[in-house]
Amino acid sequence: MRLAYYPGCTLKTKARNLEEPAIASLEALGFELEEIPRWNCCGAVHSLADDDLIHQVAPVRNLIRVKEQGKDAVVTLCSFCFNTLKRANLLMKDDAEKRDTLNSFMDEEIDYSGEVRVLHLLEVLRDEIGWEALAQEVKFPLRNLKLAPYYGCTLLRPREVAIDSVENPTILREFLKALGATPVEFPESTRCCGSYQIVSSPDSISGYAWDILSSALSHGAEALVLTCPLCDYDLGQGQKELVKRHNGFKGMPLFYFTQLLALALGLDPQVCHFELNHGSPESLLRENGLLP
Amino acid sequence: MSAKKKDKSSAETMVKKEREVSKAKLIPVHIMGKRYDVPEGLTLMKAMEYAGYKFIRGCGCRGGTCGACGTVYRKPGDYRLQVALACQKTIEPDMHITQIPFFPANRAHYEFADLTSAPEEVFKLYPELFRCVACNACTKACPQGIEVMDAVSALKQGNITVAAQIGFECIQCGLCTSRCFGELVQYHMFQLARRIYGARITPRAEHLIEMTKAIDEGRFDNTLEKLRHMSEEELKELYRKREEEPVTAGEDWRPKDKTYL
Repeated sequence: MRLAYYPGCTLKTKARNLEEPAIASLEALGFELEEIPRWNCCGAVHSLADDDLIHQVAPVRNLIRVKEQGKDAVVTLCSFCFNTLKRANLLMKDDAEKRDTLNSFMDEEIDYSGEVRVLHLLEVLRDEIGWEALAQEVKFPLRNLKLAPYYGCTLLRPREVAIDSVENPTILREFLKALGATPVEFPESTRCCGSYQIVSSPDSISGYAWDILSSALSHGAEALVLTCPLCDYDLGQGQKELVKRHNGFKGMPLFYFTQLLALALGLDPQVCHFELNHGSPESLLRENGLLP
Repeated sequence: MSAKKKDKSSAETMVKKEREVSKAKLIPVHIMGKRYDVPEGLTLMKAMEYAGYKFIRGCGCRGGTCGACGTVYRKPGDYRLQVALACQKTIEPDMHITQIPFFPANRAHYEFADLTSAPEEVFKLYPELFRCVACNACTKACPQGIEVMDAVSALKQGNITVAAQIGFECIQCGLCTSRCFGELVQYHMFQLARRIYGARITPRAEHLIEMTKAIDEGRFDNTLEKLRHMSEEELKELYRKREEEPVTAGEDWRPKDKTYL
């Protein structure tokens, strides 16, 4: 099965460790990710100002590319891109006046009215493959790995775009169970990492990061599982400082969910690009016999 | 009749003659908001010259390749601003024309020798790249028909190669930048991308390095010395007898005389 795929800019540079294991894993599962032609930046952040239509142009243009390709759904891996695209899609579907304005602004493109479905890869795994079938494809179960699922915001909020229950999501837990790992629930799993506040107030981010990491740690997690390059940045880049500041904290490895998928499916660990991860997740994997 | 008067009248006769000779129908065009009747079939540039403008800038090759004569125009009844190179586009009735031969755009200063092929080089020199909201005004403003916004997207995605390839036919007219409300400088960014692509990304031609080294080491010194001492007749003879590569020759064509290969 071929799926229209929207990668997003970060996945082509800093987060190749999110993209490459996903492409390899899906191929192993019999799916082909077909990158949409001529895509542009998703817009990065959904603009909350009601009349700020210019910031909807970028995500809508990508959805037009999917429609042009003759596809009715597009898959994303980055949860920020997912959020921006899906919210723009809702606007085009539900708000006739803004839809007309945007369509007439983009007079060089075909008209669009929200025909494409925006999916996150986790939904594809859950709905197209299913957890049981996925479990059967697992060659190297991630046994003994205690992993805390961290959703952040953009997969679950606002409610209209959520891929799972906003209050009590289970999709990452089920995913990790299918891979044979031990999911560790913790109360901060849907808390915001601080997002782009990292630019204007890095100090508050280090506070958020500590709350999230220490909570996962105290519930017995050995590592955090992420879906978003910005979460990865906010929770990863300041860990050295946190190690200095908090006695006994040795840092916590961060994984993209796609890296764990590729590992469990028995793919060459090279596709995971662990060298791009913050900290050193490899030592945890070696201790558990998951890397040579 | 004074010399001055004579000059004037002869100039008038010339113009009159020109009009008679051309016998072309005159059509109205609006140059910077003023109406002129000019013979149909002229290019925008010729029309402006016919109307009395003299180009000391905004005019270069007159062949559509130098990018000096970027021009915007609008046709009656169309809300869209259109673009052309003044030396290439033919006038149409009631066009409104304004040339934008130069646009004061931000241009980064860099020491090329210090640059690597990392995408961050472009991000650092042109941080306004990330102000792009994908409005596509740049693409609409390109007289070369380049998908300008796609090249901007490629740069944001860190793909200098694709940006250099899409922007390969850019002639630096700057019209994209004149229309960009994110105030990006597409054409200078593409030039940087092409430079990085050419110098740091495309593979080195090993055979060329070997050959230049051989030349430096004197491989052709004797041959050149011989040529220097030949008479004009001998040189002509040599030229007449030269073996030419046929136009249709394939890649494996070799000359009969392989002395200099």
